[in-house]
Amino acid sequence: MDKNNLRIENHPVLGEYIKGKEVKITFDGKVITAYKGEMIATALIASGIKVFRYTPKKNMPRGLFCAIGRCTDCVMEVNGRPNIRTCITPVENGMIINTQIGTGQWKEGSN
Amino acid sequence: MEGRFQLKTELAIIGAGPAGLCAAIEAAKNGVDVTIIDENKKPGGQLFKQIHRFFGSEEHLAGTRGFEIGNMLLEDAKKYGVKVLLDSVAWGLFPDLTIGISTDKKVSILKSEKVVVATGAIENSLSFPGWTLPNIMGAGAAQTMINVNRVLPGKKVITMGSGNVGLIVSYQLIQAGAEVVAVVEALDHIGGYMVHASKIARMGVKILANHTITKGMGDKFVEKVEIAKIDSNFNIVKGSEETIKVDLVCIAVGLRPLSELCWMAGMRFEYLSELGGFIPVHDENMQSNIKGIYVAGDVTGIEEASTAMEEGKLAGIAVSQALGKLRMRNQEASSILNEARERLRTLRLGPFGEYRYQAKEKIISKYYN
Amino acid sequence: MFDNRYLEKLKKSPGYPSEERLEKGPVAVIECLEEIPCNPCETVCPKKSIKVGKPITNLPEFNDICSGCGKCMVVCPGLAIFMVDRTFSDSEAAISIPYELLPLPGKGDKIIALNRRGGDVCKGRVERVKTGKSFNKTNIITISVPKKFSDEVRFFKLAK
Repeated sequence: MDKNNLRIENHPVLGEYIKGKEVKITFDGKVITAYKGEMIATALIASGIKVFRYTPKKNMPRGLFCAIGRCTDCVMEVNGRPNIRTCITPVENGMIINTQIGTGQWKEGSN
Repeated sequence: MEGRFQLKTELAIIGAGPAGLCAAIEAAKNGVDVTIIDENKKPGGQLFKQIHRFFGSEEHLAGTRGFEIGNMLLEDAKKYGVKVLLDSVAWGLFPDLTIGISTDKKVSILKSEKVVVATGAIENSLSFPGWTLPNIMGAGAAQTMINVNRVLPGKKVITMGSGNVGLIVSYQLIQAGAEVVAVVEALDHIGGYMVHASKIARMGVKILANHTITKGMGDKFVEKVEIAKIDSNFNIVKGSEETIKVDLVCIAVGLRPLSELCWMAGMRFEYLSELGGFIPVHDENMQSNIKGIYVAGDVTGIEEASTAMEEGKLAGIAVSQALGKLRMRNQEASSILNEARERLRTLRLGPFGEYRYQAKEKIISKYYN
Repeated sequence: MFDNRYLEKLKKSPGYPSEERLEKGPVAVIECLEEIPCNPCETVCPKKSIKVGKPITNLPEFNDICSGCGKCMVVCPGLAIFMVDRTFSDSEAAISIPYELLPLPGKGDKIIALNRRGGDVCKGRVERVKTGKSFNKTNIITISVPKKFSDEVRFFKLAK
């Protein structure tokens, strides 16, 4: 079991956490564990990652704020596309996630 | 409006939270063809993160946990043939009732006879130096992370705001394995129910009235906060500052309606701070000033899940009647509507409900002026 | 908050049993002082001992007839109902507490009993752990403490 794991495996009301199939995603080049069905932000937080991006003007670190896809504080570059709301986007095996710097950049060939 | 894909339905509902689902079920029970649109991948709105037992009476499902009610609603929606379009953003609502939808980068146009807007609300933020640091988030956001996403964003928490959201989320953070060092409240009294405060007080959580968070500190994410006492003019009492080590800050300072589509459709608004801000005006049966468009739930004023459900039901009944499909079964339409309004009224009784009742009455009276 | 003045208010409220009844044996203690639209305690009591009536914001009235079933403790959305048994033993009272945390304590565990403010009161012991499907995750933990603390103790933590 991952020492860094902040997932709630057993909850007094919700019971045991039945996870989806394990998938591998990368964050800034590092492979992290994730489970099918969970949001990107969930997998990142579970691995101890709190900083998702830096703001364009003052380079300030940002992370989750509303967690329901309305505030856009959690956006990151996903598979070459910037400004993806990680709190409502589910993980996929092989997903490449990068800390977004400013407004981000579209990578060649990304759709 | 011309579009690439044209969809048709009798009742289009924007938002698959408690208000939208209840409106859908009521209408579908009366034989109305209903389509719900929701931008999320799963329906339920904020209902599934409510793991506590609800208040109210038997007819309001008191004693039942929020997510259990959510499951019941989803089952009913399925049973009555409600169509739910998930992962679909309603990007436009026009005065002719046309709805613009975007699903998986494809644009569609939904034409319907009636619309219910049940788009809910978003948490407010509180500005203090350092408020944008990662792991300073809405209390509802922390609640979503622990109860829906099953992950704990931090182990040592301070909560700002002692309304029901702040108190309940603090309790739920303890259930999830965190330590809540304090709930900080700017006013001189607790904002939420005493029973919610008792629950956490007996677990050792300090509830500090007349206090506020003055700073969030940390290099890349929050590592400590400074709190201070404030006087009756909300000025900081010099010398009362205290630094507390935390790794998660929950801000519970209220919600405001997500009413962009209402603006777009041309609805009239009234500003009522006691309901969260700008509220779309509606009549006693939830119809806005745009004929055929109804509103229900937190978008029409911040209250609770139970009021959202009852407003949704009321809108669903009103829509069914407007479409000439209300199944009356030995009752007059007016009596069915009255009963629905009575169930709502019951939820707005007492010192916690009275101001909401008065505010909603103000909205209804503004509709007629 | 939640100090002796609060306890005095509780004792005067319609949901708190009389001293006489408390001396007789296990009884429900309803600590509910605010007018909130809520009445599942009334609905669930098999002895019809709890009355809220209409409007449902009325404070629950308890008529002292209690079989100690605990159904009210489990259903209360505010977790505001406890069971107090001053006749548990010659020197001890048993306090039953609604409990929704993990891990559940075990029978015999040594605990520190806490008051309504989370402050330490005295040493105690876990006497009983009631759980099961019908409790829907609101378990009932019964602890024993010296009798004189039976009005104060409303929570606990495991002794190290």
